Amino acid sequence: MVGRKTLEVWVGLFVAAGIVALAMLAFKVGNLTTADVVDGYRVTAHFDNVGGLKVKAAVTMAGVRIGRVTGIGFDDKTYQAIVTMDIDGRYKNIPSDSSANILTSGLLGDQYIGIEPGGEETYLKTGDSIIHTQSALVLEKLVGQVLFNKSTESAPPK
Amino acid sequence: MNTLRVLGAIVVNSVERLGRASLFLYEVLLSSWELLRRFYLVVQQVYAVGVLTLLIILVSGLFVGMVLGLQGYNTLVKFGSANSLGLLVALSLVRELGPVVTALLFAGRAGSALTAEIGLMKATEQIAGMEMMAVNPITRVIAPRFLGGVIAMPLLAALFSAIGVLGGHLVGVGLLGVDAGAFWSQMQAGVDFRDDIMNGVVKSVVFGVVCTWIAVFEGYDAVPTSEGVASATNRTVVYSSLAVLGLDFILTALTLGEV
Repeated sequence: MVGRKTLEVWVGLFVAAGIVALAMLAFKVGNLTTADVVDGYRVTAHFDNVGGLKVKAAVTMAGVRIGRVTGIGFDDKTYQAIVTMDIDGRYKNIPSDSSANILTSGLLGDQYIGIEPGGEETYLKTGDSIIHTQSALVLEKLVGQVLFNKSTESAPPK
Repeated sequence: MNTLRVLGAIVVNSVERLGRASLFLYEVLLSSWELLRRFYLVVQQVYAVGVLTLLIILVSGLFVGMVLGLQGYNTLVKFGSANSLGLLVALSLVRELGPVVTALLFAGRAGSALTAEIGLMKATEQIAGMEMMAVNPITRVIAPRFLGGVIAMPLLAALFSAIGVLGGHLVGVGLLGVDAGAFWSQMQAGVDFRDDIMNGVVKSVVFGVVCTWIAVFEGYDAVPTSEGVASATNRTVVYSSLAVLGLDFILTALTLGEV
């Protein structure tokens, strides 16, 4: 058996190492530092098609993450998708006529929302809706269009 | 008729054992409060089940991480996404392998030792002696071991995952030439604190409770002979491993179900 002091030192070391490991997991491996939107404001946008957009997807401006998608719903009057997003409270000066596009990171990456600034002097605030939107690219539609164009081109003239 | 009787006996016995184990856990939890005044007893057990298990946890964590890095790289590079190696290594360690492998090693290294120790105390009538002296053996012997195990397990699992990620980094970045920045940034983008890391911590706490519970109960309930202690130790390892693997599936299904 080891003495009481050595034992306590070892246990102290063990507990400290465990806590350091947890902290490393939280800060270095996980995204605790950039995790949540702090006192953000909530805006909505209507899209014709959200494609593969998911809740928690990033909302970016100029490629920098400024918020995240908090909900995706369906409006059965306009037959459009309603996307609600939280934007970080630090970014208050986003013009109210900005446009929201659903983009894809890389060829097969996740989809996210990119916001292009507009020119209006008024800024987006809680409850506002982004009017100008551009839907997600759906690969099947694109391929279908290409095939359709090809077949009309190569059809023999009458 | 005889087979039916045997079947019935098996069922009745296992239900009875389960009931005894639950009452035992209740008693242990009740007497845990009294340990706040004598916390040194718990510290001693954290040393016995935590610090002494550290070496095997760290070594296996390192190697599991390194194997994950190697194996994951070979698969990912076929799809041209070797940069996601960090994410793959971190998610598999934090969510699954960290808690589960730690619990399995813990059952083999610390759980069996707990059962053997308590079983031998019972066989050599030390526990009966304590009762004779009006010392409650559950407060004095069982509860510190239980609490020590419950405290040690999440710390061990966190250490396992952390050193595993470092092992993956060692192989992925050092040996295979994955970009270090991509390794860490993809990891940070993909690993969520609440959904992934806290999920792993909750898992390891549950496994800690279950493994230590089984270990101390099997020891306390052992037939007080050398054969009885041997089979109790055996049962501890088998039951703990089965419980950990089964519970892991349930916990994963519960947490992945709501995403």
